[in-house]
Amino acid sequence: MKYLALLAAVAATPAWSQADPADWDAVTSAAQGQTVFWNAWGGSTTTNDFISWVAERVAEDYGVTLEHVKLTDTADAVTRVLSEKQAGTDTDGAIDMIWINGANFAAMKEADLLFGPFAEQLPNWQYVDVDGKTVQTDFTVPVEGYESPWAMAQVVFVYDSADMEPLGSMQSILDWSTANPGRFTYPQPPDFLGTTFLKQVLVDTLDDPSVLQSPATDENYDAVTAPLWDYLDALTPTLWREGRAYPATGTAMFPLIADEELDLSISFSPGAASTAIANSELPDTVRTFVLDKGTIGNASFVAIPYNSGSAEGAMVVANFLMSPEAQARAQDPDVLGYGTVLDMDKLDADQRAAFDALELGVATLSPAELGTVQAEPHPSWMTRIADDWVTRYGVAQ
Amino acid sequence: MPGRIVTRRRLLPVLPALTLVAMLGPVVAGLYGTVLPAFGHLPAAGLTGPSLEAMRGLFDWPGLPRAVTLSLTTGITTTAIALAIVMGLVAGWSGTAAFRVLERALSPLLSVPHAAAAFGLAFLIAPSGWVARATSPWLTGWDRPPDLLIVQDTWGLTMTAGLVIKEIPFLLLMTLAALGQTDAVRARTIAASLGYGRVTGWLKCVFPRVYAQIRLPVYVVLAYGMSVVDVAVILGPNTPPPLSVQIVRWMGEPDFAARLLANAGALLQLALVIAALGVWRLAERIVAWAGRRWIVAGRRFCGDRTIAAAALGLSATAAFAIAGGIAVLVVWSFAGFWGFPDAMPDALTLKNWMRHAAGLGDALTQTAVIAISVTAAALVLTIGCLEAEHRHGLRMTRRGMWLLYLPLIIPQTAFLPGLQTLLLNAGADTGRAPVMLAHLVFVLPYVYLSLADPFRAWDVRNATVAAALGASPDRVLWRVRLPILLRPLLTATAIGLSVSVGQYLPTLLIGGGRVSTLTTEAVALASGGDRRAIATYGLMQTAAALVPFALALGIPALIWRNRKGLQHG
Repeated sequence: MKYLALLAAVAATPAWSQADPADWDAVTSAAQGQTVFWNAWGGSTTTNDFISWVAERVAEDYGVTLEHVKLTDTADAVTRVLSEKQAGTDTDGAIDMIWINGANFAAMKEADLLFGPFAEQLPNWQYVDVDGKTVQTDFTVPVEGYESPWAMAQVVFVYDSADMEPLGSMQSILDWSTANPGRFTYPQPPDFLGTTFLKQVLVDTLDDPSVLQSPATDENYDAVTAPLWDYLDALTPTLWREGRAYPATGTAMFPLIADEELDLSISFSPGAASTAIANSELPDTVRTFVLDKGTIGNASFVAIPYNSGSAEGAMVVANFLMSPEAQARAQDPDVLGYGTVLDMDKLDADQRAAFDALELGVATLSPAELGTVQAEPHPSWMTRIADDWVTRYGVAQ
Repeated sequence: MPGRIVTRRRLLPVLPALTLVAMLGPVVAGLYGTVLPAFGHLPAAGLTGPSLEAMRGLFDWPGLPRAVTLSLTTGITTTAIALAIVMGLVAGWSGTAAFRVLERALSPLLSVPHAAAAFGLAFLIAPSGWVARATSPWLTGWDRPPDLLIVQDTWGLTMTAGLVIKEIPFLLLMTLAALGQTDAVRARTIAASLGYGRVTGWLKCVFPRVYAQIRLPVYVVLAYGMSVVDVAVILGPNTPPPLSVQIVRWMGEPDFAARLLANAGALLQLALVIAALGVWRLAERIVAWAGRRWIVAGRRFCGDRTIAAAALGLSATAAFAIAGGIAVLVVWSFAGFWGFPDAMPDALTLKNWMRHAAGLGDALTQTAVIAISVTAAALVLTIGCLEAEHRHGLRMTRRGMWLLYLPLIIPQTAFLPGLQTLLLNAGADTGRAPVMLAHLVFVLPYVYLSLADPFRAWDVRNATVAAALGASPDRVLWRVRLPILLRPLLTATAIGLSVSVGQYLPTLLIGGGRVSTLTTEAVALASGGDRRAIATYGLMQTAAALVPFALALGIPALIWRNRKGLQHG
């Protein structure tokens, strides 16, 4: 089995100089002294701080220098690698690692822009909750070891308990927004969280959302998405600024809650609200809720471009991100508040203690309260819905 | 020794040519790199043109009419308003004490980077901004911010306001430089003796001459306003955004078809700017025709007081908007929790600064290395050009002035996408060096413009005396001319540094995201909306641009403390 994986790795990558992921000693020794340019969205101070901490730790333990290239949009990094491939820059490209998932991953995997498979050969993969968490498919696309998971995300609605009560469905959100105009909005698609909100509407309003697990076709697209557009036509005039402007990203909505401009917002990180309260970015009356039928969840991954000159260093970082130490820190609401990808049953007592010691934070729901995690639709839905949204609501309002 | 002199002689006349290449080379190359993909030719992506596919795609984009309209209206409105305010101000107040105060206040405001000024303005005038906080609820009755679309409004009015407050100092400074060559004081005295009001007299006698001098800077403002990206990202609308922002978005999409769209859009942007300049030129003719009739009609007063008061009020508002914006950035950078409608945060803390210290340090180092190298290169080229002009009579013609302004008038969004594509094909696309070359394109003209007049105005008799005492031309330059010109040299340096510090698009596109300066970091943070982080980066960016200006004022005073005549260069 191991031999097969190795063969697959050799066959899949023209990786003459990149070390074999299965030979971990060779990987760490090659990683020593390498500089890894990690392209990750840079709009969140807490994430940036976490990445700085990771940089310190991998420098200490492995002599890897980690540089955070702060993106406004992950697609920038995808473009970059694609341009490099087109220009024939097949070695030592500008990017060594990308925080990625969903459509960007699907695009890169399909265009053979990724190094790997490597994820399941990493030593810390042994702790990953393969059965309980969606770490081997990414928006229904099989991961096959081309990206390694480092955080779990699930949609939660962030609300100010001083102004409103939790709501149970998308329909009740529409009713509430109609009664309280201007108090809710979502990030502007094609922003990741904005399109997630659209998918959440679709998943919650469809009687049978399983149709979303297969790629969208020209035949079924219009019929399946019709309830979404009906919903948005009703919702948009009741939104903040009547839908004539949208916040750029999810984090941009937190200050608006602090300003009392919004009462309700959406987040992809169940712990983010608690973290923001701790950083005095949100009032301490803020809480979170999920819908009765559950909300969409997925994993955040890191992938390595095929032309990285520091693939070993990047694997070391990817492995460190899955370590119990890094995972416990990421879950700490005072740091990041991200869900772990690890299986608590696979950890020893000491490792688990670090997780048990964490206070969830006032606004964070317990795993039980988070309820059902609904599957991400196939990326083709997201791409088409985002494009249609732009045409319907994003221009010429 | 003789050999050295020969090489010097050979080097010096080459410098003007080298300067032109450094300044225009990237622009021309970038335009070339834009035209090909715009017509569907991008061999790297396996696309060979010519085809109209990209153009068709561009015109199929449903947001295009709005995006184009926004680009035109913000550019033209910004220029017209800023020009009107500056002209009214100079007409009504030049020579008065109030004018000197405002002049002193506006000049340092010129160096505040556009992005920082835009953030400040947004934090001031948003429905939950400082103005609303300071007046709520006692005056407005608001317990919660009103649901008003002020920042990012559909018509780009806030964006226009943000541009106007930054262009007033620029046009004012250009006008002040031009006034010296227009014999304004005597013209005004004669007009006054004929019974003309202060403003009317100035507009009739001095304005035509001043405008002829500041025409190119006005075109720069027009082109800039039409194609700006960072201010548009912060203050401009998003549904859809102005064309320039959409071009940058297309550049960032993973799909190669989008890159073709971006280049097609860049070409359209260029055409729009050229068309707008044409319209502006036509308007100049019309104003000149109407103005001549107005002058001949001989009316002595045309609302002089109203114009003067309005211009003073508006420019003071602009100064307060920038200064107040910086002040609110300071407050946010130290803020603990700050809810609406509190006028001040619950607590002040150093936490934000400590949190961002490492990132700020890295970005500052990167910014400083780039700005200092680029400014040094620009100074060497500029002094070389001016000295070549002095020694060999290679004088800049009127056409030369156009060449100097060309990189400032051609929109950045028109040639930077093409330049990036070209560099990428050449395999030289990342890292600091290409970013520096791109910065030089914009820094050179400003350094040259700021240094040329004082350099030429220098009393040549100093050189004659020094030569008579046996000094070589080089020695005259190094030991006499440059020391005397210390103050203008430092001012030019400060301008060069602040231009480099403020560059957003060249750093982003040419650096490929790998070169993070204070400006790119600050604008990247804009999408996250973390006001404390934005405030610290915005302030650091402002400081990086302002400190050199303070030094440019302070150093000559210190070095020439016992040479009063040299202190003012």
